[in-house]
Order: sequence, then structure tokens, then C-alpha cells
Amino acid sequence: MIRVLLYLSEILVPFLIFYVVARGLEAGRPVYEDFIKGAEEGFRTVIKIMPTLVGLMTAVGVLRASGFLEFLAEILAPVTKLLHFPAELVPLTLVRMFSASAATGLALDLFKEYGTDSYLGLVASILMGCTETIFYTMSIYFMTAGVKKTRYTLPGALLATAVGIGVSVWLGGQMALPG
Amino acid sequence: MLNYLWALMLLVGVLYGAFRGRLPDLTGAALDSAKEAVTLCITMTGVLSLWVGLMEIAQKSGIIRGAARLLQPFMDFMFPELPKEHKAREYMTTNIIANIFGLGWAATPAGLKAMEALRDLEEERRKRGVGRPKGTAGNEMCTFLVLNIASLQLIPINIIAYRSQYGSENPAAILAPSLVATLLSAVAAVLFCKSRNMGRKGGGR
Repeated sequence: MIRVLLYLSEILVPFLIFYVVARGLEAGRPVYEDFIKGAEEGFRTVIKIMPTLVGLMTAVGVLRASGFLEFLAEILAPVTKLLHFPAELVPLTLVRMFSASAATGLALDLFKEYGTDSYLGLVASILMGCTETIFYTMSIYFMTAGVKKTRYTLPGALLATAVGIGVSVWLGGQMALPG
Repeated sequence: MLNYLWALMLLVGVLYGAFRGRLPDLTGAALDSAKEAVTLCITMTGVLSLWVGLMEIAQKSGIIRGAARLLQPFMDFMFPELPKEHKAREYMTTNIIANIFGLGWAATPAGLKAMEALRDLEEERRKRGVGRPKGTAGNEMCTFLVLNIASLQLIPINIIAYRSQYGSENPAAILAPSLVATLLSAVAAVLFCKSRNMGRKGGGR
């Protein structure tokens, strides 16, 4: 199955490019001009997040260099071993629920430390895509609606996140197998 | 939230580093990381511009609108008590579609407007005497947020950019596995919400 998935990964981006451009032409759009307009917006978005990234990567860099992340993974190892969950990913998983940008900093640190295509790098990559900042999202959305009693939102969100994490660990493991 | 998280990372880092005698390493790490953030942004600028440019074409040529139409049966299924013409419906659709296509910055404003519209909906229900007490989330709010947090996404474009910056041999290799993971977590969210909403109409317990 993992081979099919890898093949799908390879064709997804070329397919999307072809589909979007072809549909644009079909609709009679000036596709190149549309593209440039959107690209400019993308450009501005990155410039806007640059200070955030500088701040968070510095913080994570300091934390990594201090040896604290290894220390944390060591303490947690007995517990995570029981759950078959890599201890190195615990900080990322926890922070992910509170802040997307801080989690990005930690994921980048894992890429640097262990490599993007290592087991940990792969699991971190998949995990980042299928989880959300639960507590941040809930607090701003419910604040907007003036809601204090959130009923089953938190259990539901935690369940979805747990499923996402479980599948990430499983698929990352499949991908990291040799062959 | 980030205020404390960020401060905590730095303070713990410096204290623990001092305790382990690693302060010289810390200096280098701080400076290198800041420099690296900028290099990373240069890669990101390219990838994100490409993606948002494509999405602009998709928007202008009606692909996004078509996707929103395709989503309607799903919206009926998830929000059976939501009146067909209610404005919350449009905002929620926009939010879900924007999330799926990785346009996060377009998703949040629509999501917040959806929550305001749902608040008004609950207000209307209360006037008819069937609503939940003020300050309690309605079924639609809970379901919408759980779905949002399950974060269905077609292409995690940022991750691809990061992976290519950090020397991945195949940055896109995780696309299909990510899709499987995000689909399964969304299915879990749907099943959970459906089971919780069952037998409890918007009128309350």
C-alpha cells in the first residue's frame, strides 16, 4: 500500500498544476496574470511571517543547544515506549496543540537534527499536516461566539488529533522501512 | 499563549544550558537560528508564491466555487438543523474549502464570521424557546470546530517547503500519507460529532 501512496504523492502536484491551468484556460481566464497576482499575495504572506519565524526558530535553537530537548526525551522514554510513540516527538505533539508557529520551529529542529527523510522527520512531516492548534483555535472561535460551555468540542478535537497522530506514526514507520 | 510559550522556551533553554555548561553553544545557536529563519523564508517565498498563484487561478476560473458546491451534500449531512439559506452556511463552507486548499489566512476570517452567524442562530432559537442557554455552544458550533481542528487538507504546502529547504530527497513523498492521515482524523471527527448530535435536536436536552 505504501508504494501506491508514494506514487500518488509523486503525481499529485503535477496533476494539480495541469488541472488548474487547463481549467483556467477553459474558463477564458488570463491565467498568467491571475497567477502573478496570487504569487504576489503569497510573497507578502511570507514576509509577514518572517519575524515570527525568526523569533521562534531562535527560541527552539536555544532550547536544542542547551540539551533540554534530549533531556526531556530521556525522561519521557519509558512512558512513550509503552505507547510505541517516539519520545523525540513529544515536545512537538504537545506544543502543536497550542501554537502552530512554535510547533513549526520544533518540526524544523527535528528536520535538522535527524533529517527530513528519517523516521522522525517523516512522522513529524505527516503529523504537522493533519493536526491543528486545538486550544488556540477553540479559544478564538468560541470567544467570537461568546461561548463558555463548549460541550463535546474538546473531546472531539482531541479524538481527531489522536487519530491523526496515530496514523502519522504508523505511516511514517511504513515509509521509513528499507525498500 | 505564544507569549508564555516563547518566553518559557528561551528561559528554560538559557537556565538549562548554563547548568550543563553549554552557554557558548547557546550563543552560536541563537545567532545561527535567526539567520536560518531568513534563509528558510526565501525558500518559502518561492513555494508559497507558486501555490497561492495557482490558487488564484483556481478561484478565478471557478474551481473553488465548484468545490464549494460539491461540499453541500456533506454540509447537509453534518448540519441537518441549519436552515438552508442561513449565512453561517456560506461562511462555514468558505472556511472548510480554504482549509482544504491550504489557504489558511483566508480560512480564519470566514471561520470567525461563521461563529458569529451561529451565535445569531442560537439567539433566534432561544427567541423561539428552543435554544440552548446563553453561553453554551450549539450543535453546529461544536461540529464545525471539531471538523476544523481535524484539519482536512489537500496539500500541506508549508511542510513541502520546509522539507525541500532541509535537503529532503523527495519533499513531496509525504503528500499521500498526509492525505490518508488527515482523512482518517476527519472521519473520526465526523463519526464522533454525528454520534453526539444524534437524538439531541438543537432545542436542547
